[in-house]
Amino acid sequence: MTVTVLLFASYADALGSRSMRLELGSGATVGDVVSHVRALPGADRLPSEPLVAVNERYAKRDRVLASGDEVAIIPPVAGG
Amino acid sequence: MVRTAIVDAVIDTAALLAEVANVASGATLLFVGTVRDVNDGRGVTGMEYSAYRGMAERELADIAQDASTRFGTFDIAVEHRIGTLELGEASVAIALSHPHRGPAYDASRYIIEQLKQRVPIWKLEHYVDGTREWVGAGQGARIPEAVALRAPVDR
Repeated sequence: MTVTVLLFASYADALGSRSMRLELGSGATVGDVVSHVRALPGADRLPSEPLVAVNERYAKRDRVLASGDEVAIIPPVAGG
Repeated sequence: MVRTAIVDAVIDTAALLAEVANVASGATLLFVGTVRDVNDGRGVTGMEYSAYRGMAERELADIAQDASTRFGTFDIAVEHRIGTLELGEASVAIALSHPHRGPAYDASRYIIEQLKQRVPIWKLEHYVDGTREWVGAGQGARIPEAVALRAPVDR
């Protein structure tokens, strides 16, 4: 299955990309996406457990993904 | 009436106040967050706000709705601006009205604190020396307490 991964702010700068598509086996979780992304060049500034949203809602690491899901890795927010 | 928005243009605070005006309300409050010229001892010249827009809009709407429920029925209008802002410009404005001042202050405070914890917005600070830095980027990241406790975390 394919999921879209979105990166923002400092994480997008670190990885030189704002979005990517990942091919994952069925049953893959949010944690699997994080492991994948953290293995990419430049990802050393991502924390081991970054905030993640699936389809625009905060999600936990054991959340099982479905094909077409939008997985956003959320840097520390700084609104206001 | 509860209305929230992520906007690209200058926030019209007078319009927000007019929007929440209500003869049933004895208290009307306006909170305006503005770009400050110093942060952590460094001179700031401006700020670039960006957002995960769809999610930011939904989180902001949830927070305002939640405040309305917690503190009683009243009118709320919240706008957060994104894009490049100059010193002194408003990045966020919260206007609300309530029959009484106590719940009005509580609700206003609640909305800005929740916004700062949950809404996916980031700011790139521009400093006097020409450098730029993402605010808060060095912090560890975990699901904020407010999110863990209240926000609908999908399973």
